[in-house]
Amino acid sequence: MPMAGAIRWQTALTALEPGDELARRRLGRGAAMSPHLSPDLVSDAQQLLAYTFMVHALIAASIVAVMAAVTGWFMVLRRESFAGHTLSVMAFPGAAAAILAGIPVAFGYFAFSGGAALVIGAGSVRRGRGGGVQAALTGTVQAAALALGFLLLGVYGGLLESPTSLLFGSFLGISATQVVSLAVLAVGVLAFFALVGRPLLFASVDGAVASAHRVPVKALSISFMVVLGLTAAAIAQVTGALLVLALLVAPPATAMQLTPRIGVSLLLSILTALVTVWLGLGLAYFTNYAAGFFITTVAFTIYLAARLIGTLAWRPRREMVGPRPPSKADGLRHASVEG
Amino acid sequence: MLAHEFIRNALLVATAIAVASGLIGYFLVLRGQVFAGDALGDVAFTGVLGAAAAGLNLTLGLLVATVAVALLIAVIGGRAPADDVTIGVVLTWVLGLGVLFLDLFNAGAAGGSEGAIAARALFGSLFSLSAAEARTGTMLAIGVAVAIVAIGRPLLFASVDPLVARVAGVPVRLLGALFLVALGVDAAVAAKAIGAVLLLGLLAAPAGAARRLTASPGAGIALSVAIAVACVWIGIALSYEISVLPPGSAVILLSALAYLAASLIAALRHRIGGRGRGAGASGADGRLREAAAGGAVEGGSR
Repeated sequence: MPMAGAIRWQTALTALEPGDELARRRLGRGAAMSPHLSPDLVSDAQQLLAYTFMVHALIAASIVAVMAAVTGWFMVLRRESFAGHTLSVMAFPGAAAAILAGIPVAFGYFAFSGGAALVIGAGSVRRGRGGGVQAALTGTVQAAALALGFLLLGVYGGLLESPTSLLFGSFLGISATQVVSLAVLAVGVLAFFALVGRPLLFASVDGAVASAHRVPVKALSISFMVVLGLTAAAIAQVTGALLVLALLVAPPATAMQLTPRIGVSLLLSILTALVTVWLGLGLAYFTNYAAGFFITTVAFTIYLAARLIGTLAWRPRREMVGPRPPSKADGLRHASVEG
Repeated sequence: MLAHEFIRNALLVATAIAVASGLIGYFLVLRGQVFAGDALGDVAFTGVLGAAAAGLNLTLGLLVATVAVALLIAVIGGRAPADDVTIGVVLTWVLGLGVLFLDLFNAGAAGGSEGAIAARALFGSLFSLSAAEARTGTMLAIGVAVAIVAIGRPLLFASVDPLVARVAGVPVRLLGALFLVALGVDAAVAAKAIGAVLLLGLLAAPAGAARRLTASPGAGIALSVAIAVACVWIGIALSYEISVLPPGSAVILLSALAYLAASLIAALRHRIGGRGRGAGASGADGRLREAAAGGAVEGGSR
């Protein structure tokens, strides 16, 4: 019986037109698919990799996890999680608009997330504004994006009546072209960090001192926001618009709980993100529940564990130094100034 | 338009929500807790789906979920300043839970309604509220608004300058917790009407617009409420006329336009005024601080 379900699923997929990505996505969630988990890990892995869609999903998720871990690391350091969430959510109206206009969905993702990144980035570098007002702008952009996306879905009607596939994703409909485009983007994003990672780090931990050292803080923060937008758009293709933040925030936050060293922290972040998506996809495959639930839950659990370890590890020193433990940013500040 | 009962219900409950959200939003922006508002909206989404999956009373499920998380944020945030990482991690996990509930609900139901219930929970269903739902919602929202007005003065003081407020004997932590609970109730009510993920717009946009236009807290709060109410009224009218435009989307897009307009006005005024940028902003904050402290002292001596 388990195989019958999987085969039904597979025929449903192949029956679709290659370009009909959204129908695939819709079919992807909740479709019958019932492989079984066994103690034999090799057999489990064989089951996981038996279908092309699953191989595509695993590759795409791994690419996206690496991007998320690196970009998210800087996002957490810069305390821009709210902006990150908003940029991720932009993928929803982006995809809806692209479908309405009849262009590939990925264009919509990137155009909207990139555009919002410029708006938020430009807003954030203005001087003389409280954090609250900046957050009000971010929140307004986010809510307006969701409202617009819902409106566009209503205009389109038909297949897209349900917003759930765009909002909560479906890793099952990822095409080979999509995997290639994600890989190209990932190379670009990693190149960005290889080029400006060091000044960006400096600007992120201490903007004023970095300014004094003639680091172009404004340009860096706008370009980082754009990279964050592009990364978010890429992640949204795997996790859906609303769950992007799980991959952006949890793995880096986990890593920063465990070590103040920059290199180790980045590697740990990447590792955590990879484990999160692999476990999440694997669990979703074997239990037939939404991948979004498992990815967010795995990310959350790992973060909680790290936080517990972090608290225990810092406790003795807290008593020695004073009321607050030295924050991770302090360690980074020293490291970046030395570097 | 007013001849229809569903429009009257919608206007009633949406106006009450707009007043409550305009008030709460102003403090939310002032306290830098907009992200927490976002998180509570998402909790409301999961609350609806969880209650639907378990077959419980939706209103009760929602209220319990949002108030519980509001208290949780208050407890965590009580010791350290609001941490965007904690909120972000919890927020996405809660959304992930919502997705699981959606699956469970789908498995339990006949199927096909999954999209519909998710859409209603996320984007609201202002025009399909029953009279009883509208009445409960209106009363809860009015209750929230009254509570905020009642604690408004000390809350303003505690928000602008928590240290001085604490020294002056204002129960800062208690006020912060009460405020978050009020936000939770507002989110629960608004989730059904405006939509769980759209409420953020009604919290952030009118308040942000008001903050850009005036530094005085009294005028700012009044302006924030007025903008929210105006957006709701015009939004409902527009949505009634244009059938493809959902009411929640109309209200939120109008709020965003209001924010944009306020930013343009502020920029224009700034150009005409032509004075130093940083000074203007810090001056405004200073005035706010003075007004808050002065108000609290007056209130105490009365």
